[in-house]
Amino acid sequence: MHSLLRFLSELQDVSLLLWQAFLSLWSKPRYLGETIRQMDYVGVGSLPIVLLTGFFTGAVLLLQTFETFQYYSMQNESGRLVATSLIRELGPVLSALMVSGRIGSAIAAELGSMVVSQQIDAMRALGTDPIRKLVVPRIVALVVMLPLLTVAADIFGLIGGGVVASFMYNQETSVYTYSVRTGISTSDLLGGIIKPIFFGLIIGSIACHKGLNTSGGTVGVGRSVTNAVVISSIWVIIFDFFLSKLLQYILDIGRL
Amino acid sequence: MLSLNENDTLDENEIGEVEPLIAEIDEAVDAPDRMRPAIEFRDVYLSFDDKVILDGVSFTVKKGQTKIVLGRSGSGKSTIIRMILGLLKPDAGQILVDGEEITGYSEPDMMSVRQKIGMVFQEGALFDSLPVYDNVAYRLIEQGVPEDEVDIEVKRMLRFVDLEEAIEKMPSELSGGMRRRVGIARALVGDPQIVLFDEPTAGLDPPTARTICELAIKLRDLQDVSSIFVTHEMNNLRYLSSEYATVNDEGQVVYEKEGEKLCLINTEIMMIRDGEIIFSGKDEELQRNKDPYIRRFIHGT
Repeated sequence: MHSLLRFLSELQDVSLLLWQAFLSLWSKPRYLGETIRQMDYVGVGSLPIVLLTGFFTGAVLLLQTFETFQYYSMQNESGRLVATSLIRELGPVLSALMVSGRIGSAIAAELGSMVVSQQIDAMRALGTDPIRKLVVPRIVALVVMLPLLTVAADIFGLIGGGVVASFMYNQETSVYTYSVRTGISTSDLLGGIIKPIFFGLIIGSIACHKGLNTSGGTVGVGRSVTNAVVISSIWVIIFDFFLSKLLQYILDIGRL
Repeated sequence: MLSLNENDTLDENEIGEVEPLIAEIDEAVDAPDRMRPAIEFRDVYLSFDDKVILDGVSFTVKKGQTKIVLGRSGSGKSTIIRMILGLLKPDAGQILVDGEEITGYSEPDMMSVRQKIGMVFQEGALFDSLPVYDNVAYRLIEQGVPEDEVDIEVKRMLRFVDLEEAIEKMPSELSGGMRRRVGIARALVGDPQIVLFDEPTAGLDPPTARTICELAIKLRDLQDVSSIFVTHEMNNLRYLSSEYATVNDEGQVVYEKEGEKLCLINTEIMMIRDGEIIFSGKDEELQRNKDPYIRRFIHGT
């Protein structure tokens, strides 16, 4: 098949899956227990890697920029840069990429193995809709937990920047925190929470779609996992650009 | 199932007792509900891209009958049972389950049809993350059946497949044969009147394969279940088409060979080749068939 047609066909399948999942939200049965289990796995389980990523991203941002700020005698504004970059961009994107690697792969592997071992067929044969039972709880968990993880990554990033400013460049903590506070607006915070909601949708729908469409045995499972992580990561980055532009327009982010 | 020995002689009084019994059996066999086939395929076609999977397949499975579907791997035999469950839709033709045409059914519509059907998958297809108890109880838990009723039903089913001791084990702790038997127990929860077996003995040692066949025979003869048994193993065919289950004086289930007391009429064989039915009939007719492909298949040469 022509690659453009294949792309459009995939896009249609993912959109249909999302639509079916959305419709399933409004009628019974709902699998609340499974949703909470997934939230625990996505949220609590991903917390350590997301916090580490956030902390060191904030730290390295300050490390790489402090001396340039110092050159222009603007070192007191360094916290502003860390806050703006993290909350607007790096926090949501890096958290999404980490979660895509950890959760996207796990979802594709789990659903893919269930497909090749006929467990999905068995589920349907026993009268359960796999979209309600497996897809909806995973997408809901990602949509709810990714913004929370992003907020946690942002906070740890700001702490990381503060630690570097304080211990490596002997900047007063109050100077750093003041600069951080002046660097963040409500629109930034709002934008930083809206973005991961969409990233959660992207990761969840692509990973579930890839997992449920696995074919070719265990090799196929490996292929689905790779595709799920690569495609969802790329779409997070592409979508981030357009979402940023849209949020700039709607929330007036980025204007001085 | 009639059970009269040819050498038995009956006096007048006994004949008087047997006649109403035979009339009752005839009435039961001819009852409108029993006359309606459990499963019916009418000229069903299916193809994937250019490959034809089923090419105008028509057959019926009567109530209480077992249809053994033979064929090489890739001949389309598993596709048939996937279509009965609505996991695949035909390109043309009609499929009827218990007299209800399911061909155009959507996924939500199929859910009620699937309640009537038990499906035994090739490798068991047990849910890896759930223990045996939850696997067997799955359908009942989903239906919101009270816990104590679920408990009774799960234990009854595990007793039926002789696996009560495995109730708390995880699927990964079970042998291949045990997994299949748990799969059978799971399929039989809710007492479905149609059971589909998709190569349930593939890869099993002969004694375990025999156990699986005995379970299928027991369902057919003691529980009046209609079934389709997909296989490519001739041993399964031999067991299912020549033995029947009965209960002895001690209340135990025993398996006897046909011929001495009765002739099995509730088992038929259907052979598929490249999506077409090339044979349909009794095992004796299959053995007498002169078609070189069929002869090669049944004799393994």
